[in-house]
Amino acid sequence: MPVTGFLRTRFMPHIWCPGCGHGIVLGALLRAVERMELDRNNVVMVSGIGCSSRIEGYADFHTLHTLHGRALAFATGVKLARPELTILVPMGDGDALAIGGNHFIHAARRNIDLTAIIMNNQIYGMTGGQSSPMTGCGEYATTAPSGNLESPFDAVELARAAGATFVARSTAYHAQELSRILERAIKHKGFSVVEVLSQCPTYYGRKNGKGDAVEMMKWYRDNTVSASAAEDGEGKTRVGVFLDIDKPEYTASYAAKAAGAVRVER
Amino acid sequence: MSVSRKTSADVRFLQGNEVCAEAAIYAGLRFFAGYPITPSTEIAERLSDGLPRIGGRFIQMEDEIGSLCAVIGASLTGAKAMTATSGPGFSLMQEAIGFAIMAEIPCVIIDVQRGGPSTGLPTRAAQGDVMQARWGTHGDHAIIALTASNHQDLFRVVVDAFNFSEVFRSPVVLLLDEVLGHMREKIRMPAPGEIELTERLTTSVPGGVDYHPYFPREDGRLPMSDFGGVHRYNVTGLVHDMWGFPSDRPDVANDLIHHLVNKVENRAESLLRYREYHLEDADIVLVSYGSAARSALHIMENRRSVGTRIGLLELQTLWPFPEELVRQKCRNARFVIVVEMNMGQIVREVKAAVENPQRVFLANRVDGTMITPTDIKNVMRIIEGKGV
Repeated sequence: MPVTGFLRTRFMPHIWCPGCGHGIVLGALLRAVERMELDRNNVVMVSGIGCSSRIEGYADFHTLHTLHGRALAFATGVKLARPELTILVPMGDGDALAIGGNHFIHAARRNIDLTAIIMNNQIYGMTGGQSSPMTGCGEYATTAPSGNLESPFDAVELARAAGATFVARSTAYHAQELSRILERAIKHKGFSVVEVLSQCPTYYGRKNGKGDAVEMMKWYRDNTVSASAAEDGEGKTRVGVFLDIDKPEYTASYAAKAAGAVRVER
Repeated sequence: MSVSRKTSADVRFLQGNEVCAEAAIYAGLRFFAGYPITPSTEIAERLSDGLPRIGGRFIQMEDEIGSLCAVIGASLTGAKAMTATSGPGFSLMQEAIGFAIMAEIPCVIIDVQRGGPSTGLPTRAAQGDVMQARWGTHGDHAIIALTASNHQDLFRVVVDAFNFSEVFRSPVVLLLDEVLGHMREKIRMPAPGEIELTERLTTSVPGGVDYHPYFPREDGRLPMSDFGGVHRYNVTGLVHDMWGFPSDRPDVANDLIHHLVNKVENRAESLLRYREYHLEDADIVLVSYGSAARSALHIMENRRSVGTRIGLLELQTLWPFPEELVRQKCRNARFVIVVEMNMGQIVREVKAAVENPQRVFLANRVDGTMITPTDIKNVMRIIEGKGV
């Protein structure tokens, strides 16, 4: 099936601004699903709230557009109830790491087989450009008019420390590599985290003098270095796969435990 | 083995919280997500053991917010799903209750009430969440909330809650209180099949044909399709059209909000559960619910035995509030006393329902201890000008 076959064109045009990186993430994701030849009836996409989370409406899977920050909690319920389904959980950076931070670390700790995709544009776009937990220190936002005092999370280190078993980072510039990483993340049995730097020229770019979408993507090209590269990459962002390990997956452990539970009459 | 019992009835001595767990499994529960909180924790404990034995799933989530979210996710796959909590956790669940109302996802929420506000009196009795159950989540909506005063009724009401959640595609709140949750009492367990169960109404639309998840049938019901099935559709907390896709068209929004309210309000009669005692000739009518109704029942029996024409209307359906029932049952009353363990939540509804609101009084208690028959008797004496 061509990748457009996975789109719900009935609901287009989409809501994203011209130059937004989120459509590239959707394209990379759908190409991964296409290559894997997944049956659409076995794929559930669960998203939160924000620009990024509107992604699920355009994808022809079972789609659940939830509450701000809560996508992983809803997804946990879907997965535990139907472990055979493939669950994709696209979220924004504020969605996943501010309001949803607690659900994020606990989903990672459980190592439940979900693919968390953090579409990181370093800003709250839908509400008009407020600082997020991924906005850099000193950067500008409508709620940081004289520069952000706070430091951002390193989502890769956070995911690793919390117990995720597949952790990667990519950008909207690296669309083909991103698609291959997403394929690996979906195939991985356990909690997978893929952080994707996705440009927001409308708010983050404009507020911080980053130029238009093309310039922002060139910045991703010129300021990233491979996760495995020997060079020290001073001041650059590392991209690629950081962690890919096997550990007991939650729903598999649950099934094994439940199989041992004998029904007894009380 | 010697068998001396003449009956095959399954009689047990259980806590209210244990009754909830047993009744939920009887009703078809297959998924529970929760977070520990007094005085509801025994429900989670019992189900953590019981559900895996019958192919069900139990998970302890990171908080009450996530608990109800997981329940909604599981329900979308076709599983009957529930959570249980107390006041502070119920506050955290309000966001997801609104989602379940908007997206019309069946689920059951048990709130074993404690004293509040805030952390309040975790191990003490109160009925302070009646209005939170009605209006806790933002926006216009209808809600279904049930309660009971004894374990036999509680079992039935838990099954009702699951049945109603399927018929109405709505969250159903079960309001217990600490006394009911922790009290042990004899209960005869209903036999399988004794209480009718409502299974999920699933669509008959075949795969490959357009299925409109939010297009109500003539009777207002919306057949569902499980996630993982042949129909791929969208579910959202945004105002949505018949496809489940977000819309901000005024006509779509107007129709949806009216549908969400009317589907419950217009069929409130089918949700009505109550008990009545000696109302036929009562000139004093007690209106109560939950464990407070036990004290009301006690004082009523006590005063009946000395010739007082007193009766009790025990409400099991709190929301939608049974206005017409209350109006009729209180019509001939000289005065009405609402007995509840809060500063007066249902008494407002009773005053709004009856013809003579100035004859409606409140007997209450908010110190964390259960209201006693003497408390009610004292209110009656004051009303009658006798002094306490």
